[in-house]
Amino acid sequence: MHPIPKLVIQRLALGLLLLFAASVMIFVGTMILPGDVAQAILGQNATPEALANMRASLGLDQPATTRYFSWLFSALQGDLGTALSNGRDIASSIAGRLQNTLFLAAVAACISVPLAIFLGLLAVRYRDRWPDKLISAITLTSISLPEFLLGYVIMYLFSVQWGLFPSVSNINDGMSFLQKLNAVALPAMVLTLVVLAHMMRMTRAAILNVMQSAYIETAELKGLRRFTLIARHAMPNAIAPIVNVVMINLAYLVVGVVVIEVVFVYPGMGQYLVDHVAKRDVPVVQACGLIFATIYIGLNLLADLISILSNPRLRHPK
Amino acid sequence: MADTLLEIKNLRIEATVYAPGEKPRDVVIVDDVSLTLERGKVMGLIGESGAGKSTIGLSALSFGRGGIRLSGGNILLNGREIRAASAATLRGLRGKEVTYVAQSAAAAFNPAKRLMEQVTEATLHHGLMSKDEAEKRAVDLFRTLSLPDPENFGKRYPHQVSGGQLQRAMTAMALCPKPDLVIFDEPTTALDVTTQIDVLAAIKTAIAETGVAALYITHDLAVVAQVSDEIMVLRHGKMVEHGTVQQIIEAPREEYTQALISVRSIDHQQKQPTPEPLLRVEGVSARYGAMAKDVLSDVSVELHPGQTLALVGESGSGKSTMARVITGLLPPRKGTITFDGKPLPPALKQRSRDELRELQMIYQMADVAMNPRQTVATIIGRPLEFYFNLRGRKRDERVQELLDAIELGKGFADRYPAELSGGQKQRVCIARALAAKPKLIICDEVTSALDPLVADGILKLLLDLQAREGVAYLFITHDIATVRAIADSIAVMYRGKVQRYGPKDQVLTAPFDAYTDLLLSSVPEMELGWLEKVLAHRRMSSAGN
Amino acid sequence: MKGIPISALLGLFITGLFFLAALLAPWIAPYGLGQIVGDIWEPSSSQFWLGTDNLGRDLLTRMIYGGQTTIFVASMATAVSFTLGSVLGFTAAVYGGVTDQIMSRVNDLVMSIPTLIFALVVLSVMPVTIPVLILVMGLLDSTRVFRLSRAVAVDINVMDFVEAARLRGEGQRWVIFREILPNALSPLVAELGLRFIFAILFISTLSFLGIGIQPPETDWGGIVKENREGIVYGIPAALIPAVAIVTLSISVNLVADWALNRTTSLKGGRGG
Repeated sequence: MHPIPKLVIQRLALGLLLLFAASVMIFVGTMILPGDVAQAILGQNATPEALANMRASLGLDQPATTRYFSWLFSALQGDLGTALSNGRDIASSIAGRLQNTLFLAAVAACISVPLAIFLGLLAVRYRDRWPDKLISAITLTSISLPEFLLGYVIMYLFSVQWGLFPSVSNINDGMSFLQKLNAVALPAMVLTLVVLAHMMRMTRAAILNVMQSAYIETAELKGLRRFTLIARHAMPNAIAPIVNVVMINLAYLVVGVVVIEVVFVYPGMGQYLVDHVAKRDVPVVQACGLIFATIYIGLNLLADLISILSNPRLRHPK
Repeated sequence: MADTLLEIKNLRIEATVYAPGEKPRDVVIVDDVSLTLERGKVMGLIGESGAGKSTIGLSALSFGRGGIRLSGGNILLNGREIRAASAATLRGLRGKEVTYVAQSAAAAFNPAKRLMEQVTEATLHHGLMSKDEAEKRAVDLFRTLSLPDPENFGKRYPHQVSGGQLQRAMTAMALCPKPDLVIFDEPTTALDVTTQIDVLAAIKTAIAETGVAALYITHDLAVVAQVSDEIMVLRHGKMVEHGTVQQIIEAPREEYTQALISVRSIDHQQKQPTPEPLLRVEGVSARYGAMAKDVLSDVSVELHPGQTLALVGESGSGKSTMARVITGLLPPRKGTITFDGKPLPPALKQRSRDELRELQMIYQMADVAMNPRQTVATIIGRPLEFYFNLRGRKRDERVQELLDAIELGKGFADRYPAELSGGQKQRVCIARALAAKPKLIICDEVTSALDPLVADGILKLLLDLQAREGVAYLFITHDIATVRAIADSIAVMYRGKVQRYGPKDQVLTAPFDAYTDLLLSSVPEMELGWLEKVLAHRRMSSAGN
Repeated sequence: MKGIPISALLGLFITGLFFLAALLAPWIAPYGLGQIVGDIWEPSSSQFWLGTDNLGRDLLTRMIYGGQTTIFVASMATAVSFTLGSVLGFTAAVYGGVTDQIMSRVNDLVMSIPTLIFALVVLSVMPVTIPVLILVMGLLDSTRVFRLSRAVAVDINVMDFVEAARLRGEGQRWVIFREILPNALSPLVAELGLRFIFAILFISTLSFLGIGIQPPETDWGGIVKENREGIVYGIPAALIPAVAIVTLSISVNLVADWALNRTTSLKGGRGG
């Protein structure tokens, strides 16, 4: 059998297994003692009867494995249960928010990916000279700051001081695409800065790695122009690592969204999750955790698959 | 002067060294080297590592690797100064007038592109031929270089062909644009000896048929003698001697050249087997992990006390696996090992401290065989502590004795490995092995990472120590010259089996089995016309079959 | 002190200042932590160097005490993650085989869920106290330390000098502490710095989200949370922790960079 389909199937199976294990961990993570969900909801002063009633109504008297599988199978069918805090259906609450979150992440990705690759190329082109050092210094600073603080700095400058964009990112279905873009301008900018540093540095490293290969010297000694050399010899080998870098950073971006949404009061999944953590609304936290983990694992899996598909040794076996 | 192709005058090459914790400083890599190469001639550049031979080779392309600068002198190619020429001028001549064959073709080919595209790229880029013409020429070159299935060879990717084939493909790539000059930079060094001879013959044929001039860079005088018209000997970036091949090989003027030629001419008296062997390996088979095939199958050899058994073979022959089996790192699947009359437990963990002590090992890469964070005194002193419980003054005295024994003397005890030269590192490793007072030392390619003169010193030291301490050596090597120099008995290994085994004089005397014949006859000899002789002999014997 | 570049010295100095301020907080803070001393969001003055916060408390005082909490929690979490991660990582590397396989796969699994999400899930049911925070942060982050220390140790473990020690008959203790550890120290020290920065950012983020340090205690993330409303009125009080965090992380980074460079120079330093 050709090694590629075999490897791809293996990786997909592994990804599914990982996802399954992750769901177990998210479920188990909410059962770490002391206390249980009922205790968490009712507080330390609840009477034993109230606790028992609560447990029964939550199904906590069932064994953990039974609860896990019924949770998992309903989740697979799109039924994420109801929120403890307000009794609403979680799936329908999440749907619109997930869309908003993905919209924000997509806008940030559309800006950050091309920018990071461009800056990475620039840093390689002017390696160890001032553009490279400047880019390094800026990226070092931006990874030294937590996302939420970067958010407030940006908000303070662009919204409060210069009045360019709204400080609160309200978004609703009635808005046009441009209005929506305007609304997410600041959070998208922050997210871009957050992932830009890593993505740029990793891109730089990936290209440098390729440029230092012996076959680049071979091409140079054939008298090729710098541009031809990069386009014909460096790029085909650098694309896979760069795509890999992009995927890993997109996964990171999806997590960064959580905090940024809180800063800009953006009606997405992240804010929904954080709100319900404070309310100790376990079913919502589990559902959101599962969705974030799925996206994260999925993007990492994609990165893996791309590097398999682009490996010439695997594409053209002996 | 009309047929002068390349003229290098008073070339000076410098590089900036960025040593950690120090200010960057300039070092001179090549100093005042001049040479003249006529059209269609081949000049060999020879020297040990650090002689600057590759750097001089690349200067013919006006190219400096890394931070290397061609800082002085003249480089005239076809009468034109190219040392400080513009980037555009250099692009015009690289890949057209001068081409390059690297030591590691495996790294020099782009893994993402088919061979044909890469072989014809320079030709097409410089507009020297049409695509059809270039591909036809490439196929012709593949044929000249005796590559398999020349019509379709170019359709493959680099990882789909063997190392020796890739090296020939790189030669085809260099010859395709019909250059005036090809730089061969150690093109056969990374290959096994039986592959080397084929590649060497292919290169020689191709040079002869195309009439191209070449600079052939190598550390192996015997190799360069087969392909060159003249030879230049280099050392520490300076020219030592320059002359025709005949003059250099047969009447070297300089002491250094004489030393290079007389290397491995150690006179060693072969010892006779004793009644009781020290080490007896019987019917040993071994494999790694869950592998389906044995790496060693049914190997039996004996080693007598105070003698040397050489295990000879090419990469993949299983000779290093033998070392792992005997040391207990890889317990054998079948067979037994008897040491000093007693059966040796198969696994390292089952062996007693004395069994471990009596069997020591020296590695190929002395660099990584010593903990970089320990001083020489700790490295040599630890076995003394561990096996003999020697501490304090007594230990220090014994360390100094051992340092004297390996001819390093005072002042080395407090140094770290990074402060030693390659030869000194290997000597410290020998001292560490000796510290345990072993009966047997396994030497795994101990000289193959060293320059010939240094290696020679190590071999002499080992023989000297054997005479004094009566220690036996199991000597693993791919180098026949080393085997001739030190062995008492020899086992020739091929694909995990012992192909030929016995006392040295018997193993090295005809009649040979096919593989031993191939192996022995492939080792380049410092003799003019050796390559032709061997090839003629092979053609005859294959015609005879 | 020879051979330490100025940048690393500066980094060490500033990092030292931060730790000193954290240790001496009760003596150097001008006011009490919860003491209301003025109007809300007063600008900086000779009385209140950094101004006052959303309740009229002195911001400098809050920053010093907040720094104490932040640095304490981050240091403890780093200590937990480091001890656990490096011990397990070394064990996996040295024992190899099945032990290594199981430990590495479990580690991969924990790492497959983003740290922040996992922390949120766990903290949604746990009582949010400082020991719990330290444990959760330390355990989750130990996966990164595990991965690095295992990789470093595996690299060293296959070197011939380690094999030579094994052939001599040395026990695992000698191999780990005398052969591997001295060579793994530099990358581990560099990683220690990075993990500490990460812990600072992480605890700040948790406190900002309201699931970290709980009032009346505060930390730098909490100060941002308390003063965030001020931003829209143009009051930059919430941005003051940003300056502290950036200064501290860059200082630690400078030291870590130097430690890492020392590693590479050792590998390349053969014969000089």
